[in-house]
Amino acid sequence: MAHAHTVKRHTGIMDWLTTVDHKKIGILYMLAGGIFFLIGGLEAILIRLQLMYPQSEVVSAQTYNELITMHGTTMIFLAAMPMLFGFMNAIIPLQIGARDVAYPFVNALGFWTFFFGGLLLNISFFVGSVPDAGWTMYAPLSGTTHTEHFGTDYYVIGLQISGIGTLIGGINFLVTIINMRAPGMTFMRMPMFTWASFITSALILFAFPALTVGLAALMFDRLFSGNFFDPSAGGNVVLWEHIFWIFGHPEVYILILPAFGIISEVVSTFSRKRLFGYSSMVFATILIGFLGFMVWAHHMFTTGLGPIANALFSVATMLIAVPTGIKIFNWLFTLWGGSIKFTVANLFAIGFIPTFVMGGVTGVMLSVAPADYQYHDSYFVVAHFHYVIVGGLIMGIFAGLHYWWPKMFGRILSEKLGLWTFWTFYIGFHLTFFVQHFLGLLGMPRRIWQYLDGMGLNELNFISTIGALLMGVGTILLVINIIITNSKPKTASNDPWEDGRTLEWTIPSPAPEYNFAQTPLVRAYDAWWEEKMEGNTKMTPVEPIGPIHMPSPSILPFFMGLGLFIAGFGFMYARELGVVSLVIGIAGLAITFICMGLRSWIDDHGFHIEEEEILKDQGVKA
Amino acid sequence: MSSHSHVEGQLPHEPERATLEGRNKITGFWLFLGGETVLFGTLFAAYLTLRGQVMDGPTPNELFDFLLVAIATALLLTSSLTSVFALQAMHKHDTKGLLAWLLVTVVLGAAFLGLEIYEFNHYVHLGHKFSTSAFSTSFYTLVGFHGAHVAFGLLWAVLIMLQLKNRGLNTTTAPKVYLFGMYWHFIDVVWVFIFTVVYLMGKVG
Repeated sequence: MAHAHTVKRHTGIMDWLTTVDHKKIGILYMLAGGIFFLIGGLEAILIRLQLMYPQSEVVSAQTYNELITMHGTTMIFLAAMPMLFGFMNAIIPLQIGARDVAYPFVNALGFWTFFFGGLLLNISFFVGSVPDAGWTMYAPLSGTTHTEHFGTDYYVIGLQISGIGTLIGGINFLVTIINMRAPGMTFMRMPMFTWASFITSALILFAFPALTVGLAALMFDRLFSGNFFDPSAGGNVVLWEHIFWIFGHPEVYILILPAFGIISEVVSTFSRKRLFGYSSMVFATILIGFLGFMVWAHHMFTTGLGPIANALFSVATMLIAVPTGIKIFNWLFTLWGGSIKFTVANLFAIGFIPTFVMGGVTGVMLSVAPADYQYHDSYFVVAHFHYVIVGGLIMGIFAGLHYWWPKMFGRILSEKLGLWTFWTFYIGFHLTFFVQHFLGLLGMPRRIWQYLDGMGLNELNFISTIGALLMGVGTILLVINIIITNSKPKTASNDPWEDGRTLEWTIPSPAPEYNFAQTPLVRAYDAWWEEKMEGNTKMTPVEPIGPIHMPSPSILPFFMGLGLFIAGFGFMYARELGVVSLVIGIAGLAITFICMGLRSWIDDHGFHIEEEEILKDQGVKA
Repeated sequence: MSSHSHVEGQLPHEPERATLEGRNKITGFWLFLGGETVLFGTLFAAYLTLRGQVMDGPTPNELFDFLLVAIATALLLTSSLTSVFALQAMHKHDTKGLLAWLLVTVVLGAAFLGLEIYEFNHYVHLGHKFSTSAFSTSFYTLVGFHGAHVAFGLLWAVLIMLQLKNRGLNTTTAPKVYLFGMYWHFIDVVWVFIFTVVYLMGKVG
């Protein structure tokens, strides 16, 4: 096609703003998520410094409320999910033998909407009205009666914008996995990380719209004097709890399932064994995803839903321990008898197993509704969910970072520094949160700004703060490791761990723009390992080398995100600044919709990477 | 895989499924509609929770006028049928018929939207404002979300019609028409539920 070569291929900053390449978008997600992770971590350290001693005033009560709200919100929505999306972007197409995701443009749009939503949320710090009603934003506290300033508005609008990004990202991965698998890559041959991401994407699809409605309702209450959650006009505050948790509980599994996937890959690779019970692993993942939607009211045992509702949700919650237990034993049996290599990635994975079991056990304790009346809103709950989220998810992410870093960047992270990261972070983590179980059982409520001296809470709080600082040291060591590694040459081979099992280890590190010069034929689960066992040095291709069709880069996703960002500001301040603000809001929406129209109007034929370029790439690498 | 490989030759019977891009779009749009179902499901749940809380405002029974709603329903259901005719014309590669039926669909949809705007305006005059009660807020939110979907669908259809007019029917435009058809049916189904849950139950229940 004559016109197919006119597409300009950008370089430098424009390349990053216009990229639709899933690998680059993965890196953008990692970078943005990583920065938000550092911000959320800083908030956590400030919280712990405030609680280090009784009755201290490191931060004011108001600032403390802002810190706990923003810590939770940032870590869940802006740090954990984007970092997982980073992995999903960077790895899934490589694992299924695809050249790209199903919708490269939508992929970029997903990133930019997430990014601008997160930016909007965090700008609240500079404006001075920060969300302060807790990350769960319970009504009526979050309504205009009790929160007059704009904090809640930043929360509802920021999360709505970033939520769009998450939803379309989820759909994108679902379609990619359904339609774009290489020949022979049947569903039951897919790597566990891809499977877990598949189920997570399905959960995103069915959970996020509920959050969107909840946020929209709260926004209507605040901006247009609606009455969804205002009891004085017939509204219902428990409705917010239901909507929030019918999203919020699946969200927990959205976060943890990809981490399960990462752990499965890492454990299997470094045990040099096939993942034990692969099909039961798949089944357990699906079952967790399904049950995840049936248990939301266990967050509301003390709301007063009555004994029957509590009993049902209690039993449903306990059921989840069964598929999760299957997974734990499968990992243990994978390790059993394997020739284990204790790389940093594997240390995080092996450290994950007992830590996550502890979080699971306290989870089952909390699922007992009568007992929950004792634990509710105490530090016991704080300890529980940090064991599953930090001890589960963040350990999984750190394992994944060390494991896939060479594939994403062409350089192996320093194992020596990595060991220091692992031990400081791991010890710091248990110091911080193990004692919090006992703080909770001693009666310390969560979200409390100060505690009195002489209540027996001093020592444990002090230990907890020391642990948090140690975790901070571990994180800084990781950042230093990344900076040092980044200055080294790209020397990683295709299969730097030498025990790679899946397709991403058959192509150069980092992967070329088109991923696979020739689409591979998949002949078994652990496709690459299987070929190696048969003495082959490469996959069997299903096509000759030829021109590869690529989507063209576009700046439109960036502007669509920017438009929503501007619109958010405009509508938010309309109740104070009036018409001007409203006009800005409408202009922002117009930018987004015009870009959307342009996207539809301009036919994107993409361009081709020619045979010579592909052969040249291979010549350099050989 | 290239999106224009069929243009020179014969357009296949189902041009919307001729390319991988087209098939991807259809799969993704089905999933998207799954998400939309949850969105409207949550809105319905909120409405059902709050519909009894009328405070000092008018009750559903006083408010709703069956004649108006019946006309609106007839318009929207018919437009769903005409969007099927559009798709059938597309499968016969009859671009003219396709454009004509899309136009009929848009006109019917616009008439529906006009009636809805009139209806809302009428209710406001009866003292049923957005902030009157929890019932009114949830009513306007649910029915308004649907109305916004209709409005978006109309703009979308017009944009597709302009593209068809400029570039004709090909493997790039065909999936767009097909997706619009799916979207329009979905909106129609949601309206059937709104008719039942909001209007019928409001009048009888």
